[in-house]
Amino acid sequence: MTEYNFAYLDEQTKRMIRRAILKGLAIPGYQVPFASREMPMPYGWGTGGVQVSAAVLTPKDTFKVIDQGADDTTNAVSIRTFFQRTAGVATTTTTSDATVIQTRHRIPEEPLHEGQILVYQVPIPEPLRFLEPRESETRKMHSLEEYGLMHVKLYEDISRHGHIATSYAYPVKVEGRYVMDPSPIPKFDNPKLGDMAAIQLFGAGREQRIYALPPYTQVVSLDFEDHPFEASKADHPCGMCGATDSYLDELIIDDAGGRMFVCSDTDYCEVRQAAGHKRKDAA
Amino acid sequence: MQANTLSGGFADPAIGSAHAFRSVMEAMARPGTIQDIEGAAPPAPLSPAMGAVLLTLCDTETPIYLAGDMDCEAARAWLAFHTGAPFVGPAHCMFAVGKWDALAPLAVYPIGTSEYPDRSATLIVECSEFAAGATLTGPGIKDQATLSLPEVEAFQVNRTLFPLGLDFIFTCGERLAALPRSTKVS
Repeated sequence: MTEYNFAYLDEQTKRMIRRAILKGLAIPGYQVPFASREMPMPYGWGTGGVQVSAAVLTPKDTFKVIDQGADDTTNAVSIRTFFQRTAGVATTTTTSDATVIQTRHRIPEEPLHEGQILVYQVPIPEPLRFLEPRESETRKMHSLEEYGLMHVKLYEDISRHGHIATSYAYPVKVEGRYVMDPSPIPKFDNPKLGDMAAIQLFGAGREQRIYALPPYTQVVSLDFEDHPFEASKADHPCGMCGATDSYLDELIIDDAGGRMFVCSDTDYCEVRQAAGHKRKDAA
Repeated sequence: MQANTLSGGFADPAIGSAHAFRSVMEAMARPGTIQDIEGAAPPAPLSPAMGAVLLTLCDTETPIYLAGDMDCEAARAWLAFHTGAPFVGPAHCMFAVGKWDALAPLAVYPIGTSEYPDRSATLIVECSEFAAGATLTGPGIKDQATLSLPEVEAFQVNRTLFPLGLDFIFTCGERLAALPRSTKVS
């Protein structure tokens, strides 16, 4: 603890990140450039989310980290331990007990409440990047609200597959203004983005962008009148807890094509099992 | 130099600014809510809340404009020692500090560009009290909120500039509230 400044980053860096977060909250969905620092982990391991968490954490916080919904995977464990050591914060795996939740690619199943902050790790913050590689052009497209290209992409999905095949990082429009990449969350989670009671902050370390959604912000998934947005999931109950309303991971369990579906949100699944919802695959 | 120039900063800068920032962020994310903020003891005419906001957000990279009474030797010396921020006129500032009447006219402050709307000023306005007043709607607000504002029209004009525009932090004693450019005021 004494070897580091509180929450690892130096104070000037935190001030710079904090200013970016405030501008991000004032302009929901707009990507604020920030001077991302090198962190003691490689790009792609959540350096953006870690820097945002470092800027918002206080010693009173209870910190939770999930990686694709799970509390016990390498990325989640290492980031949770990082802030345990550098900020001395309490940690938890229970969604409702956490005040700051850093997430990679999922939104917890349990609805978040006021007083909680959800920090997303974002690989590519620019929703238009794979359609237009030049930053100078995408920035102009955002300033002119020129989002026709994104609808063309979704339309091409329909003409090729008969439906919108984009299943994660599904683009949304925020407060009728900015088109935003919600990070690679499954589109099943998209409806939770809007009207959420918690503050949502997005950090992209390699791409040096921070953006934000204040609570109760209007977020609409892009779609067409004749092909409305649909939040999809595997059509099974969870093999462990039997939940039919949660997002599921498909696991291959033997060499004979056997498979099972389980909740990707481990906390949600464990709470349900503890409450007596046990299925055949439960441990 | 006055004796209180060197004192009045956060007792523990990393922890003090972390708590202060959470208050500022909650205020900006939930327009109309009033947050407590403490830890700073700047010389008059700066209030404790204003001092804490400035200590949390300002450094050598953030030009500050001191408006009206705030532009005094005590405030300049305290901010110079604790933040190192350069002092500039309203057209080039990132943060403007003052009472509402002294900060006018708003047209001179940077409102950002269409490609970089974040390059806009944040005005920190010292108020004499917080009470119910104007009705607020928009991002961060469930249904609606109320906040006493020095006037209504200036914020309505500011909203029409969206996504450009100014953001406001209101301070009063050891409390603060905020009004981002996205909020509709009536």
